[in-house]
Amino acid sequence: MPAVLEIEGLRKTYRSRRRGTRHALDGFDMRVDEGQVHGFLGPNGSGKTTTLRTLLGLIRPDGGRMTILGHEVPAALPAVAGQVGAIVESPQFFPHFSARETLSLLAGAGEVPQHRVDEVLELVGLRDRAGERVKTYSLGMKQRLAVASALLKNPKLLILDEPANGLDPGGIREMRTLTRSLAESGMTVVLSSHILGEIQLICDSVTIISLGRRVAFGPVEQVLAQHSSAAVRVRLEAVTDLPVAAEALTRAGIRVTGQADHLMLAGVDKPATVTRLLAEQGLYVSELAPVAVDLESVFLELTATAPVPGQHRQVDQSTKVGGAGQPGTAGGGWGA
Amino acid sequence: MSLYRTELRRLAKRRFTRWMSLLGLLVLALVVIGVFFTNEKIDAAALAKAERAAEQQWQRDVRHNAQYRAECDEAKAAGTAQAQDFPQDCASIQPPPREAIATRWFLPSTFDFRQNFGDTLLPLTAILALVGFVVGASFVGAEWNTGGMMNLLLWRPRRLTVLLTKLAALLTGLVALAVPTTLLWFGSFWLVAVFRGSTAKMTSGAWQSFALTGLRGLVLALVTATIGFALASLGRHTAMALGGVIALMVVGQFGLGILLAMAGVRFAEAWLLPTYAVAWMRKKVTLEDWNTCQATYFGECKPDTLEITWQQSSVLMVVGFVVILGAALWAMRRRDIS
Repeated sequence: MPAVLEIEGLRKTYRSRRRGTRHALDGFDMRVDEGQVHGFLGPNGSGKTTTLRTLLGLIRPDGGRMTILGHEVPAALPAVAGQVGAIVESPQFFPHFSARETLSLLAGAGEVPQHRVDEVLELVGLRDRAGERVKTYSLGMKQRLAVASALLKNPKLLILDEPANGLDPGGIREMRTLTRSLAESGMTVVLSSHILGEIQLICDSVTIISLGRRVAFGPVEQVLAQHSSAAVRVRLEAVTDLPVAAEALTRAGIRVTGQADHLMLAGVDKPATVTRLLAEQGLYVSELAPVAVDLESVFLELTATAPVPGQHRQVDQSTKVGGAGQPGTAGGGWGA
Repeated sequence: MSLYRTELRRLAKRRFTRWMSLLGLLVLALVVIGVFFTNEKIDAAALAKAERAAEQQWQRDVRHNAQYRAECDEAKAAGTAQAQDFPQDCASIQPPPREAIATRWFLPSTFDFRQNFGDTLLPLTAILALVGFVVGASFVGAEWNTGGMMNLLLWRPRRLTVLLTKLAALLTGLVALAVPTTLLWFGSFWLVAVFRGSTAKMTSGAWQSFALTGLRGLVLALVTATIGFALASLGRHTAMALGGVIALMVVGQFGLGILLAMAGVRFAEAWLLPTYAVAWMRKKVTLEDWNTCQATYFGECKPDTLEITWQQSSVLMVVGFVVILGAALWAMRRRDIS
């Protein structure tokens, strides 16, 4: 499948006399194939928005290579801009214009036929409120307007930064349906979001970024599989038997983490081994359940941003790849 | 071209543009109304009344003069200390000649188009320049502030083209406002002159001179609008331009003026920007230094003078225009948009 978006070794460094040097992007790679819905994930301050802004020509990179639809950007951005619809960060519009005026002016600037304005207003559910001033809109309505502005060009590549931000549950579901239907119509969608359940539901593939570097990428199932810990939760009939059980399982080479009313086991190939070992000790299992890994837990593990009781994690405290003992990527590279 | 048309539409749709233009026109209308009601036509009755008033004034002056002469003679004869308050020779106290009291001093204010209209082009230019400056600053400043500029650049990723197109739209809008307003200004004061003054001696040369002054006013308004636009773009906020101008006026002009006066600098006004604006409009401003005295053959004391010409003003305007717009374009090209 041809790549619609490719980024290789992207670097952006901010230098400040007071705050020193900060590498917002530190050799970041990304690839998005045609027709996919691609999730772009990362903790706050990891470089997601910087990546998108750099890709769209708003920020000047310090190094690296980027292509959109086969054209090197930012040099060829004027040529491909008509095929890229984007919203970056929170939607911002002139508050005294109505939604229709806002879109009409954008359509005029981009030489898009005016009839598209009503089409996209209908698509995002703003048809009946299109004449009202944007300043009267809720965050969710502004978000819908932002999506409408990105769709105005009928783009081949749609980049949405936190599109579900501020949407009500119905709106989130509508956004999910819209995204899928756009992808089915051949549009490639890059979705940056912190709602990982949504990403897992919508996206075909993901890229996870932490401190300016890619920590994982690939199809969602592949990323989940590669970071699955084969964990199993065990409960016994009598909680008092848990220490005995833990000792027996540890002797058998299984990694055991004791909890108040259950045990978490890691490195279990066959759950039947566990029942056999415990039965030999006269211990009877009331629950034996494999713990399914989800994107959120993979994300927290890869970026090392899981909350720790009693600690207040700071924005830049997350994982950086590349050093010894750091999590690896899920395979592939530039052009893979 | 579509971007240019869109930006013109955006400019016209903005409430701030509409309100500021309306406010500017309202102030100009008030000026015209004020001039209309504070002037009147000079007819034979008004002229006769003025002549009577001049005659009465002359007679009062003659009486006062005679009284003063008598007091002088009396004091000199008595040899009192008060004698020193009078001239040495009381014969030098002479009544004023009748022609010293001009009839025109007692005429009501009248609007002579040829004589007075040129001065009215100064407030017209000031209002147009002010409207151009704040609308220009707000047009781009609000776009930066609300994220509109970023949105636009996602559609048209040519930064300089976008900024210059916006500027072109702003200047077109200002010309579209200024030209009809200036024509209305000419027309309104022509009517004021017809009903409350005189339109005599309006030769083609006088019309040409007014037209050229109006044109220079338009150029000044366009330059001011561009500077407001460029400053707001540099600071990416309307307040940058407005704050910059307030700082310039308070610190750079009032403060500098006070400092120069305290230091006794000759021709202090030559360091102040309004002098150059007036020189641009009137073609020449002559500054006088009353601390120096150049004696003439007739014993008069004439101050040193310094002439500021419209050519010097044009150099200052071009330099300011190029430096500020150049800086805005450079920043637009180089700085990240976040």
